[in-house]
Amino acid sequence: MKNLKLLISPLNDENPITVQVLGICSALAVTVQMKPAIVMALSVTVVTAFSNLIISFGRNTIPPRIRIIIQLVVVAFLVIVVDQILKAYVYDVSKKLSVFVGLIITNCILMGRLEAFAMSNKPFDSFLDGIGNGAGYGLILITLGVIRELFGSGSLMGYQIVPQQFYNAGYIDNGMMILPPMALITVGIIIWIQRGFNRKLIEK
Amino acid sequence: MENLFSLFIRNVFTENMIFAYFLGMCSYLAVSKTVKTSVGLGIAVIFVITVTVPVNWLLENYLLKAGALKWLGPAYESVDLGFLSFLLFIAVIAAIVQLIEMVVEKSAPALYNALGIFLPLIAVNCAVLGAALFMQEREYGTIAEATVYGFGAGFGWALAIVVLAAIREKLKYSNVPAPLRGLGLAFILTGLLAIAFMGFSGIKI
Repeated sequence: MKNLKLLISPLNDENPITVQVLGICSALAVTVQMKPAIVMALSVTVVTAFSNLIISFGRNTIPPRIRIIIQLVVVAFLVIVVDQILKAYVYDVSKKLSVFVGLIITNCILMGRLEAFAMSNKPFDSFLDGIGNGAGYGLILITLGVIRELFGSGSLMGYQIVPQQFYNAGYIDNGMMILPPMALITVGIIIWIQRGFNRKLIEK
Repeated sequence: MENLFSLFIRNVFTENMIFAYFLGMCSYLAVSKTVKTSVGLGIAVIFVITVTVPVNWLLENYLLKAGALKWLGPAYESVDLGFLSFLLFIAVIAAIVQLIEMVVEKSAPALYNALGIFLPLIAVNCAVLGAALFMQEREYGTIAEATVYGFGAGFGWALAIVVLAAIREKLKYSNVPAPLRGLGLAFILTGLLAIAFMGFSGIKI
């Protein structure tokens, strides 16, 4: 029951992006299209889960004064592994994402969860917490990717969705959707909708 | 060499870290509830970037760049350690942030408590690593330029967070739909501010 809660609560009540305010930069940068958003979500889930696991194993031996450096080294190590795996198996996507995979190191979800959860909880719980938070992050990322690609380029996963007749009839893709400011405003609206359904998240 | 003053102005306004590159958003949105804490975090970020960019500039130019090891002797002229830059930059940033955390904890406990988790998070504030990587990419010629660039980037970030905090303080007195209160509105406000700052993008000084 408790384990299930660790997995489920980051999807809604404890969502990393819309509630904890972590990992915003990459959410804005990789969501112009849907495919990079999915790969990014998977990579972040893997790195969060395993860095949580490793740090949680060492939580009693890491000296608090130098914990940030140790955490960053563990994260950087995992990011390099993920980067190499992506290069080996999905080279075309990895080429598209290359910069952003490196920037997972500075994704605050990782540091946020390591500091707030893994440093004070058991390894298995921390692992589940990592997977849950990665999934919550991915949920928002993919939603954003769908909205921005559909309205910004009229396609999903690179396939055209809006029929050609619409364009012939004068429909124009919303170019604003591809620009970063619109990502911010879309996240704002997602938060609005989420809190409309989930009243206990409303701020006083 | 570019005029240092115009370099500073350009990095504060037209190439603002938040509104043009969207770096360092997490702490930007979470700590901008009151002007007082946002000024504290702003100063911390200015300080961290102004220190880390020149340090990383030295590393880049005397250790990492192709041919940077020339001062060791002609045999090292062809060594290129560029692939290490991510790791070294982040290590330098983490070390300096840890140092600042210790100093703030000792000298200003109130600020330390107000900043909470976001002080260690400066280490992974993408604005700080972003500034180091932009410094590398733009190849600033002298350490003075790198320092001014770092100060300008940090100052622009601090300016952005104080502006947002001031707007959010005023918004407390307005009648916002309940689910939009706080974070939701902060996102939309940042989006609108970013659109406004896009107006600076054509300016040449």
